[in-house]
Amino acid sequence: MRRNVDVDADAPSELVSTRPEGNSPVTQGSALRLHIPEARFRPGDKPDFGYLNLPKVGDTPCPPIDAAAASLRDLAYGMVRVLDDDGTARGPWAPKLDPETLLKALRAMLLTRAFDDRMFQAQRQGKTPFYMKCTGEEAAAIGQAFALNRDDMCFATYRQQGILIARDWPILDMMAQIYANSLDRLKGRQMPVLYSARDAGYFTQSGNLGTQLPQAVGWAMASAYKRDTKIASGWIGEGASAEGDFHHALTFASVYRAPVILNLVNNQWAISSAQSVAGGDEATFASRAIGYGIPGVRVDGNDLLAVYAVSRWAAERARSNHGPTLIEHFTYRAAAHSTSDDPSRYRSGDEYERWPLGDPIARLKTHLIAQDQWDEARHAALASEVEGQVDDANKQAQRLGVHGGGPYHDPATMFEDVFKEMPWNLREQQAELAALMSRKP
Amino acid sequence: MTAMNMVQALNSAMDVMLARDANVLVFGEDVGFFGGVFRVTDGLQQRYGETRVFDAPISEGGQIGVAIGMGAYGLRPVVECQFADYIYPAFDQLVSEAARLRYRSGGEFNAPITVRSPYGGGIFGGQTHSQSPEGLFSHVCGLKTVIPSNPYDAKGLLIAAIEDDDPVLFFEPKRLYAGPFDGHYERPAQTWAKHPLGEVPSGHYAIPLGCAATVRAGEALTILAYGTMVHVALAAAAETGVDAEILDLRTIVPLDIEAITASVEKTGRCLIVHEATRTSGFGAELSALVQERCFYHLEAPILRVTGWDTPYPREFEWEYFPGPLRVGAAIRKIMAA
Repeated sequence: MRRNVDVDADAPSELVSTRPEGNSPVTQGSALRLHIPEARFRPGDKPDFGYLNLPKVGDTPCPPIDAAAASLRDLAYGMVRVLDDDGTARGPWAPKLDPETLLKALRAMLLTRAFDDRMFQAQRQGKTPFYMKCTGEEAAAIGQAFALNRDDMCFATYRQQGILIARDWPILDMMAQIYANSLDRLKGRQMPVLYSARDAGYFTQSGNLGTQLPQAVGWAMASAYKRDTKIASGWIGEGASAEGDFHHALTFASVYRAPVILNLVNNQWAISSAQSVAGGDEATFASRAIGYGIPGVRVDGNDLLAVYAVSRWAAERARSNHGPTLIEHFTYRAAAHSTSDDPSRYRSGDEYERWPLGDPIARLKTHLIAQDQWDEARHAALASEVEGQVDDANKQAQRLGVHGGGPYHDPATMFEDVFKEMPWNLREQQAELAALMSRKP
Repeated sequence: MTAMNMVQALNSAMDVMLARDANVLVFGEDVGFFGGVFRVTDGLQQRYGETRVFDAPISEGGQIGVAIGMGAYGLRPVVECQFADYIYPAFDQLVSEAARLRYRSGGEFNAPITVRSPYGGGIFGGQTHSQSPEGLFSHVCGLKTVIPSNPYDAKGLLIAAIEDDDPVLFFEPKRLYAGPFDGHYERPAQTWAKHPLGEVPSGHYAIPLGCAATVRAGEALTILAYGTMVHVALAAAAETGVDAEILDLRTIVPLDIEAITASVEKTGRCLIVHEATRTSGFGAELSALVQERCFYHLEAPILRVTGWDTPYPREFEWEYFPGPLRVGAAIRKIMAA
């Protein structure tokens, strides 16, 4: 196990204490040490997650939704866990979800994973320049999506594709964006996976990290201003929580008691930087909320029941004008950051196998089997069904075009939507490009 | 018509819009109870209540980020950034977010927000209360930038900005709040009371964005100006006795290119003046446009009179400020060419 690096090249040989005129002692001669956090495990290390000190499943009390934030401090340092290793739901947070809903959530997770696998493969085949999987993190997005109303607006990052899938958004539409083909509603403008789906309550994704969080707060403030009933759900990763936007969002959410759920997905890794580089070793990310007077709740992000329960609690709190909640989804990024990096270069190969909170799909499956609602054969059939669904959609999407075969939209459209009405300079540039293209042999 | 200074005219614009449209709300530092450090939102909270006009944390990045979310919901937030010099913490939200929502979402979302900000020098604010950052924003596609020069325009342009479905930066030359200022700092301060453009309708009217105003017709040369520099240009023209045509651009994005080319083609000479620093300033864009479009009509090189390429130095306010002396010298130079 690696230790944090303390730069200590010239440690002092002795410390000299003096007592200046009538005041307290002052230590002199001690050279300062710069602390540089490091990942606990790097390639070649044997990962051991014993240091996590996970609380027992079912042990965390579930307070009423109108509890004062100051009384909820422990939730930010502990962890809400519902499913135990045998698949039994335990404790006061265990939600009363009917088996049909749980099977829908299971299906959404399986579909998300199959979608990810297929799109990853499409990138390796050169059919899209880029892709990002959410493997291992499906329960965070999907558990929350099931706890929200469909018209609650989600301000997601690139790893919450599960929200769209949980809301039955057509995967063909998502693939069209990834391939930038003729069906792409974003007209080939956005990098793959940066979706926008207003009708699914899914805000246009930014490639800049963190910017969407204060926007979620503003959307929630607007909803409250209009005496609407919809709430907002904002998402950020633990890495980007170091951006000012995270603190802007917490400040405004707190000051105006915005009806918003602020979700921080702590998947342990920001590309190659461990969560300690974002300050995770000094305090939990959920505890950032405490100074703002907002409840911070850490939840087992690989436990769909726990995510659902905590999300539901936060949503009800927001809907009844008790303000925002910060949820830290404690999970693990099982795949690479994106198709552009190779995690074996920076993290231990078997880290995910040793991750103590397991795989969210396997855990929900175990729960359903333990409840006599499910079995291996049906699970295999469902997995195969969603793979077929993905393959069918993919064939359809690829017929409409893939990356490199286009452009599938008239290049003249690139000048549209900069402003509502096109100004003269864009009209001129549009004409200039059209004239050039008409001369092309 | 009512006599108004620029502060009252801007206040009236927000008053009119708050009354007309329940989706308009106003927030920023000190804008609520106190009515703003320059009094531009004076009385609005009392009239429209605390949910429509309220104080915001000192967090420009947060204010603009929140405004974008409100705009995406369907509101028309008007944010006051207390000084243009303070706008930089919001730069990412303006450049990467507000400016691009419509484009990146294929028109699904937009950010109909207005960011008002007192701007420019002339009040001994030094480098953190005097800047003119319009060129940083005119370079960003998707943002509109407005800079009024008088109370009548200020009200009509602010109403147009609030009604606009795209994000608008609205820079208010703070030296013009109380009266026109032609750069003659040594003379007694003027008020808007006797100025024809200090007569402002009390109701609703909008001045379309992208329309320059010819504030002085002339034949000898064209001066392109906006904000405070419009008044400096007028003074310089009067003092040199040169028959200058002075265009008040009013908005730099969108830009009234037709008015500019028509004037320069007529006069054959062009001077560009702005208070912002010179290098990569908006004057560089204007100069390039005039050169590209009017080259064969030009009888002299295009010149720029601008703030020097230094931070705004408090003790050298009048050596820094591009006043009528410098503008007059440039006029003479162009006419001698």
